[in-house]
Amino acid sequence: MGAVAKVYRWEVAKLLAQKRTYLGLGVAMLVPLVFVVVLVTQTGGPNDVPLGRYIRDTGLAVPFVVLFFMSIWGLPLITALVAGDIVASESQNGTLKTILTRSRERGEVFVGKALAVMTYTLALVVALGLVGLIAGTIAWGFNPLTSLSGTTVSPGKGVGLLAASLAVYSLPLIGIAAFGFMLSTVTRNSAASVVGALIWALLMQLLGVLPGTESFRPYLLGTQFEAWHGFLRVPADWAPVIRALWVCTIYIGLPLIAAYLVFLRRDVAGD
Amino acid sequence: MSGPLPVEAKGLVKTYGEIVAVDGVDLAVEPGDVYGYLGPNGAGKTTSLRMMLGLIRPSGGSVRLFGRDPLLVGAKALDGVAGFVEGPTFYPYLSGRKNLRLLAAYDDPDSRSRIEEVLELVELRDRAKDRVGGYSHGMRQRLGIAAALLRRPRLLLLDEPTTGLDPAGMRDMRALVRRLAGEGITILLSSHLLNEVEDLCNRVAIIRRGAIVYQGSLGELLATAASGYRLRSPELERARSVCLAEAGVENVELVNGDLRFNADEDVVAALSIALGRAQIGVTALVPETASLEDLFLHLTGGESSDRDREAAA
Repeated sequence: MGAVAKVYRWEVAKLLAQKRTYLGLGVAMLVPLVFVVVLVTQTGGPNDVPLGRYIRDTGLAVPFVVLFFMSIWGLPLITALVAGDIVASESQNGTLKTILTRSRERGEVFVGKALAVMTYTLALVVALGLVGLIAGTIAWGFNPLTSLSGTTVSPGKGVGLLAASLAVYSLPLIGIAAFGFMLSTVTRNSAASVVGALIWALLMQLLGVLPGTESFRPYLLGTQFEAWHGFLRVPADWAPVIRALWVCTIYIGLPLIAAYLVFLRRDVAGD
Repeated sequence: MSGPLPVEAKGLVKTYGEIVAVDGVDLAVEPGDVYGYLGPNGAGKTTSLRMMLGLIRPSGGSVRLFGRDPLLVGAKALDGVAGFVEGPTFYPYLSGRKNLRLLAAYDDPDSRSRIEEVLELVELRDRAKDRVGGYSHGMRQRLGIAAALLRRPRLLLLDEPTTGLDPAGMRDMRALVRRLAGEGITILLSSHLLNEVEDLCNRVAIIRRGAIVYQGSLGELLATAASGYRLRSPELERARSVCLAEAGVENVELVNGDLRFNADEDVVAALSIALGRAQIGVTALVPETASLEDLFLHLTGGESSDRDREAAA
């Protein structure tokens, strides 16, 4: 474990030294800010999205509404930006061979990188949620939240629900990251992997709105972005949350296993 | 019985589809060797080194470093081994020192304590805080050596360490290699420069089109291959007559005011006596250094191709 921890630490350090990481995090923080600023200066609002009607009642509603809008392509894009790059860029600039000729096994390098991508993905969601909460609270106060069942939730409990929702929301996003990570490992091409992961995310969303897909819609990756709705019902509806857990485990697990097998065996030569 | 060899390759093959990049390479590097792996660009040197370092899988045959096969035991095969292929690569957005710290984290714990020492050794300490993106080619090569030395290697695999360096950089790099060899590190060094290998290495393998065409002492090979001589004399015409009359002296011609001819060593010795007897002063009688291409011609019995000519150029 010590070896993986060291690799992980340096993978995070590498991310922190690269512009694209800050580009992603910057967008994740900027979107809720812009959202709040626009709603403060304009009348009207996103009434047809979950909690959209209550957006001016409490800052607590802001992160939930922004999560909804960002799930379509915003967050998948900035997630793919790093996930699709993390192996491919090292293949392209030749540093992969530098780190693979030290004392760490390929498996350890792989796990360290995968954990770093997961950390970045979680950081995006947390940053978006926090900035939304803070900006919303400054604009409209830290007031009770109206749940999807119409009951009132105290601000303290609302924060707890927000944290749980962010955690569940991260799962499908990590699924997209895992897909981008697989492309990154297999194609060794950063741009193709970023675009490929984004297309995968859009395809999952598209399948969810097409007619005739009802039978498997609950098992699409895109659908899991709505699993957090379960937390905002009174009493809490655990069914979508539990489904998100196992469905996302598959969407995360399969690409990672495929990528792992490729990474262990692949030739590391000049591309 | 001595321990396992630092490098032992047996029947190493690497094919890419139809192309055979490495074709049955056998290689044995002994402890303490500075072993030259000599061949034109594209001969399969880098591909061989990649297989040794476990970066690519051989299509056939095996390679062992100190008795361990990287294909079977993974990174453990690289214990006591360091080096680079196709030039060292680093993270351009990190400083030189930070790159070394990162690599030390991928090594055994002891590496980290050696960072300042190896930076000093390759004379990069002053620039260690700058991002590698701003380094010159020579500085990166030196950082590559530093990164390798962090591992306290008993075997160094260096792929064309002087390629792309200016003459001063080449001289420094060769001095460094000599110094490391002096410390007892076994070195396998690939190169397409004959004089470099001649200068540094005690043994060579010559690779051409993926296959080893010679393995052994470079001196012996050069002695047999370098049959060209240059003769300088104030009495050029008379000297020429003596050369033409001496049995075994062939292809006598006038090149840039010198006589040039082919002959074996013992014939040249006899020629010098003949010149003396004829009272012809000689200001120079020197063997011409064989080029890599000459060696190939010699080794392959004159069979050469345009492709080799291009590659050797």
